[in-house]
Amino acid sequence: MNITTKVNGKEIAREIDDRTMLSTFLREELSLTGTHIGCDTSGCGACTVLLNGKAVKSCTVLAARVDGEEVTTIEGMSNGSLHPLQEGFKEEHGLQCGFCTPGMIMTAADLLSRNSNPSEQEIRESLEGNFCRCTGYHNIVKAVQYAADKMNG
Amino acid sequence: MSYIGKSVKRVEDKRFITGKGNYTDDIKLPNMTAGIFVRSPYAHAKIKSVDISAAESSPGVVKVFTGEDIAASGINGVPCGWQVNFKNGDTMKEPPHPLLVKDKVLHMGDAVAFIIAENYAQAKDAVEKVVVDYENLDAVTDPEEAAKGGAPLVHDDAPGNVCFDWELGDPKDEVAAALANSHHVTTLDLTNQRVVPNAIEPRSAIGHYEDAGDKFTLYTTSQNPHLTRLLLCAFVLGIPEHKVRVVAPDVGGGFGSKIFHYTEEAMVIWASREINRPIKWTAERSESFLTDAHGRDHKTHVQMGFDKDGKITALQSTTFANLGAYLSTFAPAVPTYLHGTLMQGLYTSPKINVDVTGVFTHTNAVDAYRGAGRPEATYQLERLMDLAALEMGMDPIELRKINFIPKFDGVNEPGYATRVALQYDSGDYHGVVDKALEMVGYEAFRKEQASLDNGKLLGIGFSTYIEACGIAPSAVVGALGARAGLFESAQVRVQPTGKVSVYSGSHSHGQGHETTFAQVVADRLGIPLEDVEIVHGDSEAVAFGMGTYGSRSLAVGGSAIVKSIDKVIEKGAKIAAHKLESRVEDLEYAEGKWTVKGTDKSISFGDVSLTAYVPHDYPADLEPGLDFSSFYDPANFTYPFGCHVAIVEVDKETGQVKLKRFIAVDDVGNIINPMIVEGQIHGGLAQGIGQALFEGTVYSDSGTLMNASFMDYSMPRADDLPNFEVDRTVTPCPHNPLGVKGAGEAGCIGSTPAVVNAVIDALWKGGHEVKDIQMPLISERVWNAMQNGSSN
Amino acid sequence: MIPSSFTYKKASSVSDALAMLKEHGDEATLLAGGHSLIPALKLRLNDYGYLIDISKISELKSIDDKGDHIEIGAGVTHGEIVDSALLQSKVPFFSEAADLIGDVQVRNMGTIGGSIAHADPAADWPALLLAADATINIHNGSSSRSVAAADFFQGLFHTAVEEGEMITSISVPVSANAKTKYIKFMQPASRFAIVGCAVNLEMSGGTISSAKVAYAGVSATPFRDSAVEATLAGKSLDDATIEAAGNAAADSASIMSDHFASESYRKQMAKVYTKRALKALA
Repeated sequence: MNITTKVNGKEIAREIDDRTMLSTFLREELSLTGTHIGCDTSGCGACTVLLNGKAVKSCTVLAARVDGEEVTTIEGMSNGSLHPLQEGFKEEHGLQCGFCTPGMIMTAADLLSRNSNPSEQEIRESLEGNFCRCTGYHNIVKAVQYAADKMNG
Repeated sequence: MSYIGKSVKRVEDKRFITGKGNYTDDIKLPNMTAGIFVRSPYAHAKIKSVDISAAESSPGVVKVFTGEDIAASGINGVPCGWQVNFKNGDTMKEPPHPLLVKDKVLHMGDAVAFIIAENYAQAKDAVEKVVVDYENLDAVTDPEEAAKGGAPLVHDDAPGNVCFDWELGDPKDEVAAALANSHHVTTLDLTNQRVVPNAIEPRSAIGHYEDAGDKFTLYTTSQNPHLTRLLLCAFVLGIPEHKVRVVAPDVGGGFGSKIFHYTEEAMVIWASREINRPIKWTAERSESFLTDAHGRDHKTHVQMGFDKDGKITALQSTTFANLGAYLSTFAPAVPTYLHGTLMQGLYTSPKINVDVTGVFTHTNAVDAYRGAGRPEATYQLERLMDLAALEMGMDPIELRKINFIPKFDGVNEPGYATRVALQYDSGDYHGVVDKALEMVGYEAFRKEQASLDNGKLLGIGFSTYIEACGIAPSAVVGALGARAGLFESAQVRVQPTGKVSVYSGSHSHGQGHETTFAQVVADRLGIPLEDVEIVHGDSEAVAFGMGTYGSRSLAVGGSAIVKSIDKVIEKGAKIAAHKLESRVEDLEYAEGKWTVKGTDKSISFGDVSLTAYVPHDYPADLEPGLDFSSFYDPANFTYPFGCHVAIVEVDKETGQVKLKRFIAVDDVGNIINPMIVEGQIHGGLAQGIGQALFEGTVYSDSGTLMNASFMDYSMPRADDLPNFEVDRTVTPCPHNPLGVKGAGEAGCIGSTPAVVNAVIDALWKGGHEVKDIQMPLISERVWNAMQNGSSN
Repeated sequence: MIPSSFTYKKASSVSDALAMLKEHGDEATLLAGGHSLIPALKLRLNDYGYLIDISKISELKSIDDKGDHIEIGAGVTHGEIVDSALLQSKVPFFSEAADLIGDVQVRNMGTIGGSIAHADPAADWPALLLAADATINIHNGSSSRSVAAADFFQGLFHTAVEEGEMITSISVPVSANAKTKYIKFMQPASRFAIVGCAVNLEMSGGTISSAKVAYAGVSATPFRDSAVEATLAGKSLDDATIEAAGNAAADSASIMSDHFASESYRKQMAKVYTKRALKALA
């Protein structure tokens, strides 16, 4: 089937196999390999992207489903300069191996779009769908707080 | 400027936070095929037949291999890298681990066929068309059960499923006599349950054979690409090492599970030559659960004796260690040399015997997982200490303190020789405990604990630990059975413009070597950090390497870098002396330049490096160039130590445990980058706490892994953990140039017993005098313990 | 991972979806949020020739105030229920429950209709629908019917929806005198319910005039517990009543067991969580 979608602000038209997952479409078709696949069954959150501004697990969304919609991946977060979340992860050492990081950043972006000044507990709860095996989450929480502070000026 | 000791932000971060990391599964090669393994759903079964005809004719299928093909081609299995002998001197049992099984599967997930297709979807469609006729057999998964007579045999030539038996320390009868004469003996039967590493990046391997040059390239999710190359070439496929390049690009976490050489790596390389095309295999998460080497899985009976003052008199530890169906690369080392040798802990114990039986079962292989043997040792000792304190009515900290080895720096004395084969390098064990107690507010806590009245029980648990890191001194481990030395290499290549490329045999998969190593180099050379680039993970770029595990990268790999830098400075001084018309001994090197002492005559590092490559005006007896390699083989292990404290709340009605606070004071020697060290501690804590509260495999009687998914295997999530309270003391390592000890595993070693101790403490305060609760402390187990006064 | 091949069809309206269902019979299934269906397809536990995507049908996506009840479209996501001011004020335990489902990504995609059609015994919505005495509105292309929640959930992954039918909305009765609460004891890995307890008390002054108490995760089929409800009816919500109600919980249910919670523990937790839900309303 044919789909037309906007990925990171760019109009994309492709012919795909109907059963293609959004994660596979991004990685294989568009070479946007920043979206990672950690479990492929919506358990780990590494594949999180924004669909029309909301965080979704792209391993469990059909590429067909985003026809006519807008997708933002980690590659679309920085526009010349780093997004405050990206900056926060670096400043607060919110990543180690980096594999869960794109999913964490996208999920946190969803949180900050709904809640510009989240508490520590709210941050932790909002990240419940994203596993990190390296950081113990401690610095990820600080990274999100950093971004919130920065975005609030 | 100085970089050492500063929390320099990581130079590697930019590519990860912008989605530009380059992990194995991100790599696409022209004409690449997709490979998928057909795996056994049974733990133990005879293969009566494998019918691949439908799969072979499935659309897009390029080739299907079975165990018959592997056997017919004469490929060896993957080898074990460590030999442990039986007590009687016999060599351990080492059954082959074939790339694909021909006759009998020995664990759920054992591979029986490998399907290669034009693309992943086609390979996946073909998997369902392979028909394997199995005859299911009885299985055994528990190491103690497996070692009993009459259990189903994993390997016909390993009677009683025993791989080896082994002991260390004082004679058993002497320990027994000392226990019998003790004022008090604390006894525990402990299960250190099997856990699944679950790096978030699944394992992946790409085999790429190029017939034009008869060359192989393996891209793989490895913590040590060179060792993988060595094993692959010398033991498995018999292909020439100089024709094989192994690249471990960005790797998404390892925690031990990516140290080992796996069958899948050999399979994609071998098959790539067979079909003369690249092949990519990437594990599904269920495959990770079934085939990434698991951790722990010890069943232990342990007794510690005390005199009337609480001084330890003796320790007897007897363990059945589950090795799984096949021996993974370091498997025999973990329950023996990485566990038995740590059984003295921080204490002056007069008599110790450690007895370990390594056992085969119908389960996936068990090997090093963050801490590897040391958590298992620490778990016994520290559970014993807190329980003994409860039993004897003593304060758990006081009990530890009266047994601590006194402070020693390893400089003015030779270190501390234990009864179990190690010589600790330096330590100040009271220091970490005192600092931790101050952070806890111990007095105030005990008051709060006594007065709490909200349907909850409050508990505090302690753990101290020592670990042997910086593995490993070759002479020592060679004598212990390692089949390779565990040194490290580093090449420091100064470019003509004074920029520096460093090629390290360590591998960074989250540890931040690109930053920490660069800090060391920039600091020692007095040049800007930006002028240093760290290269790792490619056997074609790096001379050799033993990889990253056992908290060894900075202590061993960093020391190799320092050796090479010293050589650069030494040669640079000769060039500088020539240019400055001075003598080498009149020069000093600081802040990136050589200066004639007492003058303002100097020459910069950049000018010297340019001269080294444009040697028109140059010392006559000196080679051009400024490029040095070094191999550093440590004199001893390093011995980080620390004190961890957990505070938990237990819900009386449900048994639910909430971790309220976690305090960790670690001494990992000198610190190059505090931010990165703290990050390592945090991550270790989460995994150690994970084992205590959340994680553990569940096998059915028939050997099925019942929780092989994130829906069923619980791991800590962001809202399960508190902010950690971490601090440190610094007792430098006396025997390496940086004075560093290693920080990668510390968090995972101390935290597990602290959490369990805290729950036990809470229950005792609630009137439930429970000795043990089986980890993970899921609610029902804690609730049962409160109902029955004992564990379920 | 990738599912077996199928043909994807996007439905633009309910009648469009039902026509597609009719055309393809049991070879087709409906795709809503997909968070149960797609993993099952990828794990090859299931396969269909046709997936009919109903996630973009606008008529399934509204939450409407109908006076004595609220009608929630089958395509409304859990996240939209969390955020719905109408539900927060009129049927607060729906928003509470929605917030406990999965994680934010799942709540952004998963729908109430998809969840109840799947009828996972550990999912939250069935208990809510039972306790709310909701009706499920089902369409087959030519006619519609409404099924009471009590008749809708018929067993493990089994509902009253028949071939050729689809759920279009859920009607949730509203009462100014209701007090509602949903709490859950989560399975730590999946965060599905080991025990989910939904309480809906109709109050008359300080007295409970009628009570509806339902459970998720406890039994293979979600159920209302008439013994608990009987202990509550006609009483005031005091400590003794709460204690008696909790003690009655799940006594006659057939209870599930797994490695996180045995049958006896699960039953005990049903009692504890019943008391806690009631205490929260006291």
